[in-house]
Amino acid sequence: MTIRIIGTAAILAAGISFAQAQQLAPSPTLDAVKARGNLECGVHLGLPGFSFANDKGEWSGIDVDYCRALAAAIFGDAKKVKYTPTSVQQRWPILQSGQVDVLSRNSTITFSRNATLGLNFQGINFYEGQTFIVRKSANVKDAAGLDGASVCVAAGSTEEKNAADWFRERNLKVTITNFQKNDDAIAAYDAGRCDAYTAGVGALAGQRIKLKAPDEHAILTKPISNDPQGPVTRWGDERWQLIVRWVLNGTIAAEALGVTSQNVDEMKANSKNSEVRRLLGAEGGFGEMMGLPNDWMYNAIKQVGNYGESYERTVGMGSPLKLERGQNQLWIKGGLLFTPPFQ
Amino acid sequence: MNRASSLSIWRERLFGTPFTGFLTLVLLFAIAWVAVPLIRWALIDATWVGSTRADCAPGGACWVFVRARFGQFMYGLYPVDQRWRVDLAGILFVLGGLAAVFAPHRVRLKVAVAMLVLLPPLGIWLLSGGFGLRYIETREWGGLMLTLFISIYASLIAIPLGILFALGRQSELRVIRLISIVFIEFWRGVPIIAVIFLASLLLPLILPGGIGIDRLARAVIGLGFVIAAYMAEAVRGGLQALPKGQGEAATALGLNYWKATGLVILPQALRISLPAMTNEFIALIKNTTLVLVVSILDLLGIAQASLADPNWVGMNMEAYAFSGAIYWLICFALSRWSRSLERQRRA
Repeated sequence: MTIRIIGTAAILAAGISFAQAQQLAPSPTLDAVKARGNLECGVHLGLPGFSFANDKGEWSGIDVDYCRALAAAIFGDAKKVKYTPTSVQQRWPILQSGQVDVLSRNSTITFSRNATLGLNFQGINFYEGQTFIVRKSANVKDAAGLDGASVCVAAGSTEEKNAADWFRERNLKVTITNFQKNDDAIAAYDAGRCDAYTAGVGALAGQRIKLKAPDEHAILTKPISNDPQGPVTRWGDERWQLIVRWVLNGTIAAEALGVTSQNVDEMKANSKNSEVRRLLGAEGGFGEMMGLPNDWMYNAIKQVGNYGESYERTVGMGSPLKLERGQNQLWIKGGLLFTPPFQ
Repeated sequence: MNRASSLSIWRERLFGTPFTGFLTLVLLFAIAWVAVPLIRWALIDATWVGSTRADCAPGGACWVFVRARFGQFMYGLYPVDQRWRVDLAGILFVLGGLAAVFAPHRVRLKVAVAMLVLLPPLGIWLLSGGFGLRYIETREWGGLMLTLFISIYASLIAIPLGILFALGRQSELRVIRLISIVFIEFWRGVPIIAVIFLASLLLPLILPGGIGIDRLARAVIGLGFVIAAYMAEAVRGGLQALPKGQGEAATALGLNYWKATGLVILPQALRISLPAMTNEFIALIKNTTLVLVVSILDLLGIAQASLADPNWVGMNMEAYAFSGAIYWLICFALSRWSRSLERQRRA
């Protein structure tokens, strides 16, 4: 009797979990995206390497690449994205009011934003942080190596405060030279009045191209502040959040697994690594679990490339910005970029 | 007046007393101090030919950038193969305007009304598409075309509304007067930037169903309402400057309110307030740049967005100088036009 009850319960439990697995949670956002035939992506109005429209009006950049990968995962076509450029004032409301499906706009993830805006951050596609630009000849490897040096900053900026605090806490003797504006500070640095200039990694990469001899300057890869950035969605619609999160994870996993836009066909057909096969939809039916085609990540990788390819093309060595990977290197290669496994 | 005497007049004006002579020298020095480096930067040391940033000579302006981006400065992200539609719309508006101004006196009013009725819908159709033309979303509009679009359509809303509310404010019916005063004072009291921000962001939050009205349309309507309030005050100035006898004479001739207003009062009042209305229009053109806060890429917006291209980084001066020059040209031309109208009226 007891055995029979337990047996029935076990069958019932198995049945329930099976039913749950089969039935997808409703996703109004995905339904709307599919019905509309394109993804609505909120991006930055113009930030070198992250999001900008070129002279033909085509958008590119690392944040734009994420939108393209998401569109490729949903539609099998990375071009099915419409971009809404957003200013810093309107980026949250435009997402909250449903005018975009996802915001991919170098927005720093913070507790208070997550807790109060009704928005969720779905992962990190760029580890931003305040760091320093120095002359290569100075042979400085990290911020601590700036002891005894001078730093040009804009007076009253967050960067000034951060840098001053950081050096004070570590008892480093660093002279902070104030200027009225950022442009003045970087000009003074370029003229040799200071040993370093400070700003975020992405901003420094953009500034470096404007210097007289960009090749003679290095950006320190270890920042002194922590400003991770990633795609943002509204609260609710868990399945949409799942998709947004795992497309980002997928691009990172692809790099870790050695899947590139070049070898993706070969990998899908011949790879014996079952994580690769699950990622590319050769087995496991992972796409279906989210209501997407099983070749979702295959399409994203094929059309946009893995995270590393996207990074090098937009902000890395293949771009005018020439940023090193730094923290945005895979966890297996000493960086912070991480994805849970595709299991 | 011969050469010698005009020379002596200038000498008298510039160096009449030691003090004016001193002022002249100081000002000349200041002009040279600003103008010489500016001209060197903008013209002499500037790069005019080339195709990439590498062609830019250091020290001078790099107009190569403006040339590479010229299409975008004019049309924004409007598809290249469809830009003829913008050109056509522009030509039609210019021709329509000329037709209304130069039509024979008897039919001028009819031509003007016909243009006002026909051109705005035609323009919207050409720009946005439908009925056989490819549909082009307003998010792809931009540049000078968008600046002019916003200016023209906002003033198409503002001028009739402004006239109506100016008349309403003079009305003897208390309700109408009250409504007019509330409208005018409300919209005059709200900063334009707040109106655009609210129209763009708050409306979609309040209205059910997300994107009901186009983002650009909301901004244009918002701007139109604010300018309408200012126009109303300009027109009211004209109405109050008109001798009361004009209206009374019209009524005495047996004209009803609308006829007296339309045939006698308004034509005269509008003529008086035209300079003030042109001022409002110039202000409107400059205020269109505020749509930047909601990322509508007007001329200034597209100039700013173009700075983000890593292949053209550091072209801030060129982008701002070029867009500034265009704004200045438009506003200067308008103020000249307004001056000539004033002179015509005086003659």
